[in-house]
Formats: sequence, structure tokens, C-alpha cells
Amino acid sequence: MIVVEKLTKQFKGQVVLNGIDLEVKEGEVVAIIGPSGSGKTTFLRCLNFLEQPTSGRIKVGDIEIDTSRPLNQQQNLVRTLRQHVGFVFQNFNLFPHRTALENVIEGPIVVKKTPRDAAIALGKKLLAKVGLAGKEDAYPRRLSGGQQQRVAIARALAMEPEVILFDEPTSALDPELVGEVLATIRGLAEEKRTMVIVTHEMAFARDVANRVVFFDKGVIVEQGEAKALFANPKEERTRQFLSKFRNNG
Amino acid sequence: MEAAFQLALDSAPFLLKGAYYTVILSLGGMFFGLLLGFGLALMRLSRFKSVSWLARIYVSFFRGTPLLVQLFVIYYGLPQLGMELDPLPAALIGFSLNMAAYACEILRAAIGSIERGQWEAAASIGMTRAQTLRRAILPQAMRTALPPLGNSFISLVKDTALAATIQVPELFRQAQLITARTFEVFTMYLAAALIYWILATVLSHFQNKLEARVNRHDQES
Repeated sequence: MIVVEKLTKQFKGQVVLNGIDLEVKEGEVVAIIGPSGSGKTTFLRCLNFLEQPTSGRIKVGDIEIDTSRPLNQQQNLVRTLRQHVGFVFQNFNLFPHRTALENVIEGPIVVKKTPRDAAIALGKKLLAKVGLAGKEDAYPRRLSGGQQQRVAIARALAMEPEVILFDEPTSALDPELVGEVLATIRGLAEEKRTMVIVTHEMAFARDVANRVVFFDKGVIVEQGEAKALFANPKEERTRQFLSKFRNNG
Repeated sequence: MEAAFQLALDSAPFLLKGAYYTVILSLGGMFFGLLLGFGLALMRLSRFKSVSWLARIYVSFFRGTPLLVQLFVIYYGLPQLGMELDPLPAALIGFSLNMAAYACEILRAAIGSIERGQWEAAASIGMTRAQTLRRAILPQAMRTALPPLGNSFISLVKDTALAATIQVPELFRQAQLITARTFEVFTMYLAAALIYWILATVLSHFQNKLEARVNRHDQES
């Protein structure tokens, strides 16, 4: 589903990503973990070109983008790719001037030109799916962080993406609201949706992901089947990183 | 006192006709100024440096020179280049060009104040830049832009008095003409001032209503 080859990203002379190769199969849930500044969020943002990679190849489904060409010369291709790739932000980034339902149906109506009635039916169904039936007309400001993030997930789902990318979806939430968002993502994993999740929630990564990828200093240090990697990391650096979490239970 | 009142009453038709021109100049200047200003703001945000600089120079010129001088260049200056304009169109062009410079800066700042995450959220569902602006950015930017735009508008209403200097028969010009005939200087100019005041008050009222409307998603549950 996703193929990434030799992806690099430099920012003002600093190497943020240094040759990332990664493949994600259809129906697979991949968790990306690693310390702050390891490049994991940048990597995720490169996957739908919110960041412009310096070099490398990215292929999602049938769409391939050669990153050595300037992105503004292949805007249409990037836009097509984004319609197939959902993105859930750390800070939700809901449109504050639109209700929950309007946020969800914005993509279908404006981008996919879905008829309004069909989009509303879809939007209501998706809000119910993320546990927010009855909140259709609420503006984001009136929703808790956990509710906002679930609206954001519904907004991503409304485009019927082939892949959903999550950028630390629970990092901006109060601790007691983390569970509801993780439960929603877990539900999506059970539907065998292809997802890539950057997260600091180690227990969640272990339980929900099929595969865990450990990033450090712009490279993939280690990756493997989720439970095996947590139980038995091979690399010293991975062990070091995971030990901090183990001590905290 | 009674005589002054009688004079004001007698002059009312002339003053009101002047006020009509004042309103035309204000609304027209604001409308075309906003239109042009929005175009300039988009130019300022352009990826292309040269386009952005053109808008910058425009704004710098029209904010950096007196409005009165701009009106004189248009009305008295352009005929020398073979472009003769009637007073009203000349004034309308002058006010629009001037307002555009201020509107550009207000809109640019308002658009710039919207956080990057909003652009990214719209991009992530596959929206084009134009769709993003129209659907996500501008509705939010208008909240920020409305108060300063309202201030500029009220300034414009008062600045239309400058059109008197290029023969537009607007409110202040009418007051001058009546004064020349009757020598009732104090009464006439005070009457004109009161009408400007009423116009500005009515306009601020509409501005407040519009602001409340744009901010409605803050209040409703």
C-alpha cells in the first residue's frame, strides 16, 4: 500500500531524515515510536507532502511521487494522493467556524463533489461511529479535546482514504481523554484499515499495531512484529529507549 | 437662534443632496477598495517574489502620500496626459485606490494570523489553495479583519470631505456653497459635522452587527 524508498529530508542544512525505507501492506497497522526529534513526525508529514522531502520515492496505492521534482509542478498529483491518505493531527486542526458535521462533510462536498444529502448521511454515520451521535451541530469550541480529535478522525474517514496517518493523536489531550481516542483508533484497526501511527503510547502500540518501527536520529534503528519488539528489542538504542517506559509501568 | 434654525432647515435639501454624494463615495470607495485590496493581499501572499513586491510598492505609495495629493494628481494631473475625468469618477477612483492599500494590509495580516494547521488540515483532505482560502481561511480571517476594516471605513466617510477640493458636490462642498451665499459659517459647518456624525454612527452600528454575525460560532453551543 505504501512504499517509501531512500527518503531524505534536510532542513537548513540539518539532516532530519537520512534514507528511510519502509513498506506498509494493505490492512497493516504500523506504529512509529522514538524520542523527540528523531524525525518520526517529519517522516509522517512527508508521506502526504505536508513537508517536502529532499529526495526519495513515495508511492501510495497507484500514485507515485518523485520527490526530486519540485512539488508545485506536480500539485495535482499531490492533491490526488492526499485524497487517498487521511491525516489526523496532534492538535486536531478542526475548522472552528464549522460545526462537527460541517467539518466532516467538507471534504466530500468540496473535494469529491458528493451530493450534499449523501455527504450529510455519510457524516452522521461517521460521527455515530466515533461515538459522537447528537453532536452534529456543536462547534469545535464546545467539544472536549477527545471529542474534537474524534471529529477529526471522522473527517479523515469521510474521504474514504486507503491509508490513515496519525501524528501523535493523543499527545495534546488531558490524560483522562486519551482512552476514548485510542479506543476509536483501535476500532479502526479491527476493521483492518491501513494505518500508520506516530505515538508515545507504548502499551497502545504494542496491543494494536502489527508492526512497530523505532526511529532515532533520522533513521530506522529497528523494526519488527509489535509484541516481539517490545518484549525483546535487539538493538541497544531501542532497549535504552524502551526501558524508560518500562520503569514507569 | 431661530434664524439659524430656519437657515439649517432651508438648507437641508442641499445638505442632504451632498450627503447622498458622501454616501456614494464612501460605499463605492469601500466596495472597489476592498475588491482591489483583496487582489493586492493575494499578490502579497504569492509565492512569486516579484508579484509580492509589486503589491508592496503599491501599498507603500498609497499609504505614504497624502490622499489630497492623490486626488489632485487624478483630477488635475491626468488631463495633462489626455485623461480627463469628471469630479465624481475621479474622486471614486482616488478613494478606491487609497482604500485598497489599507484593505490589502488589513487582509494580509488577518490571513497571516490564521495558524498553519488550518492550511494543513484543508490540504490533508485534498483541497486546492483557492478552496482552502475560500472555505477555511477567509471566513476565519474576516473576524480579525472586520474591526480594522470598519475603522478604515469610518475614516473614509470623513475623508470624502476632501472631494470638495475637486469639485464634487458632496456634503462639505454643499456647506461651503451655502456659507458663501449666506455667511452663516458656524451654523452650516456645524450642520455638516452633525450629518457626518450621524452617518458614521449608523455605519458603526452596522459594523457591530456584522461582527456579531461573523463571531456567532463563539457564542452558540
